[in-house]
Amino acid sequence: MKPLNFIHKIKKIKIDIRAYTLIFALLVIWLLFGSLTGGVFLSSRNFSNLLRQMTIVSFLSIGMTLVIITGNIDLSVGSMIGFISVIAAYLQAVMFPTFLPGLFPTLSVELLGILSTIITIIICLLLGLLIGICQGYIVAYGGVPAFIVTLGGMLVLRGGVLGVTRGKTIVPIEDSLRLIAQGYLSKNPGILIAVIAIIIIFLITLQSRTKKKQYGLEIKPLPYDLVVASVYSALVLGFVLIMNSYKGLQIPVLIMTIIAILFTYLTNNTRFGRYIYAVGGNREAARLSGINVQSVVLKTYALIGLLGGVAGIVLTGYVAAGTTSGGMNYELSAIGGCVMGGTSLMGGIGTVFGALMGTLLMTSLENGMSVMNMSVFWQYIVKGLILILAVYVDVTSRKNKSL
Amino acid sequence: MGGNNILKDECILRIESVTKDFPGIRALSNVSFKIKKGDIHGLCGENGAGKSTLVKILAGVYPHHTYEGKIYFNDKELKFTSSSIEEAIKEGIATVYQEPVLVPQMTVGENIFLGREPEDKGIINWSKLFSDTKKILKKYELNIPFFAKVSTLSVGQQQMVEIAKALVQEIKLLILDEPTSALNEAEVNYLMEILKNLKDNGVTCIYISHRLEEFFRITDNITVLRDGRVVDTVRTVDTSEEKVIAMMVGREMKKRFPVRNSKPGEKILEVKDLSVLAQRKMVIKNVSFDLRKGEILGIAGLMGSGRTELVTAIFGEYGKHVTGEIFLEGKPVKINSARDAMKYGISLVPEDRKKMGLVLIQEVFKNISLSNLRKFSNALSIDKYKELKECKKYADYLTIKTPSLFTITESLSGGNQQKVVIAKWLMSNPKILILDDPTRGIDVGTKYEIYNLINRLAENGVGIIMISSELEEILGMSDRITVMCEGECTGILDRKDATQERIMALASTTKRSHSYS
Repeated sequence: MKPLNFIHKIKKIKIDIRAYTLIFALLVIWLLFGSLTGGVFLSSRNFSNLLRQMTIVSFLSIGMTLVIITGNIDLSVGSMIGFISVIAAYLQAVMFPTFLPGLFPTLSVELLGILSTIITIIICLLLGLLIGICQGYIVAYGGVPAFIVTLGGMLVLRGGVLGVTRGKTIVPIEDSLRLIAQGYLSKNPGILIAVIAIIIIFLITLQSRTKKKQYGLEIKPLPYDLVVASVYSALVLGFVLIMNSYKGLQIPVLIMTIIAILFTYLTNNTRFGRYIYAVGGNREAARLSGINVQSVVLKTYALIGLLGGVAGIVLTGYVAAGTTSGGMNYELSAIGGCVMGGTSLMGGIGTVFGALMGTLLMTSLENGMSVMNMSVFWQYIVKGLILILAVYVDVTSRKNKSL
Repeated sequence: MGGNNILKDECILRIESVTKDFPGIRALSNVSFKIKKGDIHGLCGENGAGKSTLVKILAGVYPHHTYEGKIYFNDKELKFTSSSIEEAIKEGIATVYQEPVLVPQMTVGENIFLGREPEDKGIINWSKLFSDTKKILKKYELNIPFFAKVSTLSVGQQQMVEIAKALVQEIKLLILDEPTSALNEAEVNYLMEILKNLKDNGVTCIYISHRLEEFFRITDNITVLRDGRVVDTVRTVDTSEEKVIAMMVGREMKKRFPVRNSKPGEKILEVKDLSVLAQRKMVIKNVSFDLRKGEILGIAGLMGSGRTELVTAIFGEYGKHVTGEIFLEGKPVKINSARDAMKYGISLVPEDRKKMGLVLIQEVFKNISLSNLRKFSNALSIDKYKELKECKKYADYLTIKTPSLFTITESLSGGNQQKVVIAKWLMSNPKILILDDPTRGIDVGTKYEIYNLINRLAENGVGIIMISSELEEILGMSDRITVMCEGECTGILDRKDATQERIMALASTTKRSHSYS
């Protein structure tokens, strides 16, 4: 073997085999539910609902992916978004109405509502960040196992939820906040976004070709790259058209997509991204390579906190209230989604894309079974078994690979 | 000579033409010798001579079909089928290793009977367990509190527990693989007493140690291994330490090392009175040395002599537990972490590439660039193409044999994995490169390439510190040699004055005067 004729091996599409299996499993499940529900499951209306259902958990899965890649875990996210959600509701329903009008007497009720929402969003994001940093600091610098710190955090924050609500649901929520979780973009802006996305796809394709040329790396024939870019573009356009055929692109889905792209970039194209994989893959080697392991771990918790803030805001808007049970068990769905998506609990392996697909798969099961009017107890049982099955398949495939 | 005067019928163990291959390396080559019933039989040789491989075959770790040749135990051929030690124990062969393998949270008695607790219908008979423990300890005069938790015992006492654990199984052959390397003087003496006691009780022992004087205290015969072959088996009373050392190392130096014109430049590193206190033990005691530009400084010493601790201390691993001074190009520096060390241009190729050097599950290029990402990235992004180009440059320079830079590092051979680690550290353009046993477990061809590379770096003015377990390597490569023994520097030899015998003598100079416990 000639050493290092590696260039022709550069994979254009950097999605691993596991992600393909996942997409395949997803399609099977969709077709299965589609036939079982007489097509209802596959309607654009249900598809739209399905995506909205997955948004809140998906924010958490994305953050959880980073945390799990470093070899840690965050059990507190469910309680965290519950807490952030009731704080948001408390701000909007109890606090702001008492003094915001006094501070800005000239503003109309509508504008006051928007102002209240903006301040609420900022506070929620900061709160999430703060919670993440606190837990991350104890994990990274205190040396307390992540499982324990976040288990404790889960209890503390759930206690916080009950303390703020006193066991009651907090209403009302400003319309502008509800819009974030329930709103739709009308058709034309949707198309506009699709067009912009397609332009970006082609620009990136061309730019990477120039770069490769510049560094003397082999490039695929232009038609090949253009076809690949066109396939992606068709997917984007098709997606927007399906959404438009119901009510249009949903705002939370748009937020989810943007965040997913940002975090995919973060994990693949930045030093920080490289470091989290290295820390999870071999902590000792990472440390001896001059990586500040503790700071990397702290940052992953800060990020999951920030994403918890986003999820908390969307949750509040979605249920249009602050409730005592908000976010209950979401940490398990998020971890389940990550693991289904190929993230290894041993650390070092996982992708944002995989986590999204895993979450979509979990949500599809949930949604499909409710469309079929399956009893809730069966839904739990099926979800649990499928999670175990998915990880079993993953573990055995890894074992076979290593032999 | 010596081996032949052991009559066949008194032999407990006969090893006949045993050959064992590992990918790319022959660990044992046609090894034959006999062990007399009731003897304490010493087994010695340098690191890599094949002692451990032989022990693992006898202990049942490498089953029968993985090696060639025959082993007779009490005139019955040993044919272990699986790689579990249970079969060997059933035959009456037990092994005590350097590091005790016990459950620290359990008591001495529980550990001794672990897996074969005296039971009555599935319920453990605790009183029998403890009375049996007491009996065993008394019979062999092992002085350990049998109710104590193992975690509260010293390493020496844990070693006793291991021995007791072997003894309750009606062992006929006890293998002790470097049992004294973690023991202090008093504990060593005590162990010697126990072994004599075992001998009086008719137990045969194979005794392995790096401390030659111990062989002369207790063994009846000594077999010397070198490069996987038996040099000779001699009666202890007929030989001397000098003779044994000569047998261990005595071989003509072949052309195994590239020629080099060394012209060391100005002083780049100076270490003064470096001491390291780790786990309430002085692992490094007042070590001083210096290093010049373009010089290769070899560090010789046995495993556990403090050689690794010394270089990792310079690399900042012990943080504030280090006392003494380090000067880089004449300026005093404080190095408290790997990051500090890198900032000063010090690179370390660690001892255990799998545990400390590589992220095995990642691609080759990611491993090469890991500590150098700043070179091709800003706060927002990594320039992947520049990264790949740079990685390719180093991969070519080191002739890393890999199907592609995207290959998962785990699937490369050991030598190529080591090259990946070295590539990573070369990319950071070190002024001082520390290599901790860089050729361990690597085939001869790759070794030569690594030697060449080290020489080239030295010619370019990099100061190199190289630890090696192989004396020949140290002699073949170094300009000067620092010899470590028990955390102390026992001597610094110039290349022209250094011989294997001198190094061995310095490396086993046991200055037992400052016993620590």
